[in-house]
Amino acid sequence: MALEVPENVLLGKLDALAGWCRKNSLWPMPFATACCGIELMATGASRHDLARFGAEVFRFSPRQCDLMIVAGRVVMKMLPVLQRIWQQMHEPKWCISMGACASTGGVFDTYCVVQGVDRFIPVDMYVPGCPPRPEQLMQAIIDLQDKIQRESAVFGTRPGAEDPGADGRGGPPRALRELPILGQAAEFRGPLAEQGKTRGERAS
Amino acid sequence: MTACDEVVEALRSEWSGLSVSAFRDQVRITVPRDALYGVLARLKHSHGFDFLTDITCVDYLRYAGASDRFMVVYMLTDTRGNRRITVKVPLNEPDLALPTVVPLWEAANWLEREVWDMMGIVFRGHPDLRRILLPEAFTAHPQRKDYPLQGRGERHHFPVIQRGEA
Repeated sequence: MALEVPENVLLGKLDALAGWCRKNSLWPMPFATACCGIELMATGASRHDLARFGAEVFRFSPRQCDLMIVAGRVVMKMLPVLQRIWQQMHEPKWCISMGACASTGGVFDTYCVVQGVDRFIPVDMYVPGCPPRPEQLMQAIIDLQDKIQRESAVFGTRPGAEDPGADGRGGPPRALRELPILGQAAEFRGPLAEQGKTRGERAS
Repeated sequence: MTACDEVVEALRSEWSGLSVSAFRDQVRITVPRDALYGVLARLKHSHGFDFLTDITCVDYLRYAGASDRFMVVYMLTDTRGNRRITVKVPLNEPDLALPTVVPLWEAANWLEREVWDMMGIVFRGHPDLRRILLPEAFTAHPQRKDYPLQGRGERHHFPVIQRGEA
């Protein structure tokens, strides 16, 4: 005997609802120590518009954040500060290591620069680049949203929920993986493409 | 012929053992350690070098033709006469101590702390000779040439915070 469900009722898991809520309202903590911080600011600004992913409210108090973005190199005098801020953030919380310096120390292989913040705090996503483009950081946030959706439980997170998907990065492959570059993909050329003309020819 | 000729003459009449060189009107005086404070005080009070631009230090370890290990460099400026002069003092291990010049220029406070932090030169009489750049727990003086570039593991000595802690 089937139970009748009205049209405007959706059935789902409570954990999935918690993950859906969490992933779409990330509050980043900008731990910006170097030039990656400039790209981080550009990501939050109007041109790239991080608000599209619900993560535009940067807070400078760790009590109000759940996503730490470490942007830039961390020296050994700064690492205790980083650890204290990380510990002050409330669970559930995530961390993005942005750029070569935060992930590996980058070119600064010297006595005072920590060779990757993941040696001392847990990191969820690594963004390569020196510094990364805002698009790369947004990709990391989108990937992190997938991870949050998979791992979320009503009471905290489920670290064991990691499921390497078909792409090896966990989870089902998303529909939109690579954005076409403006002017190259056919769908962005518009009527000029049909006439076999490029943008340069139009200007002449 | 430089702007500091009469300064050099006056100093030479008072102290022996000064070695003076000049390059493009920039005068360098190398003084023995015992004469350092007297020379600097005379430059300030009698010759108008009222501004201490910088104190820095050079490590001449494995430097071709060098006779001394360290050379501490004082750069002075005469803001009214628009003159500059450089005073250098050689130092060798194990006695790496100099008199402080904080009584002459307050600016020397942080500059001497930096030289102590990076090079390990002790400034006797300094009011607050602590490290200024590196953490207090650091034990080495990393700008010395015999210190390895990647350190001796100081950058790895931190507690590891695991997921789920705190």
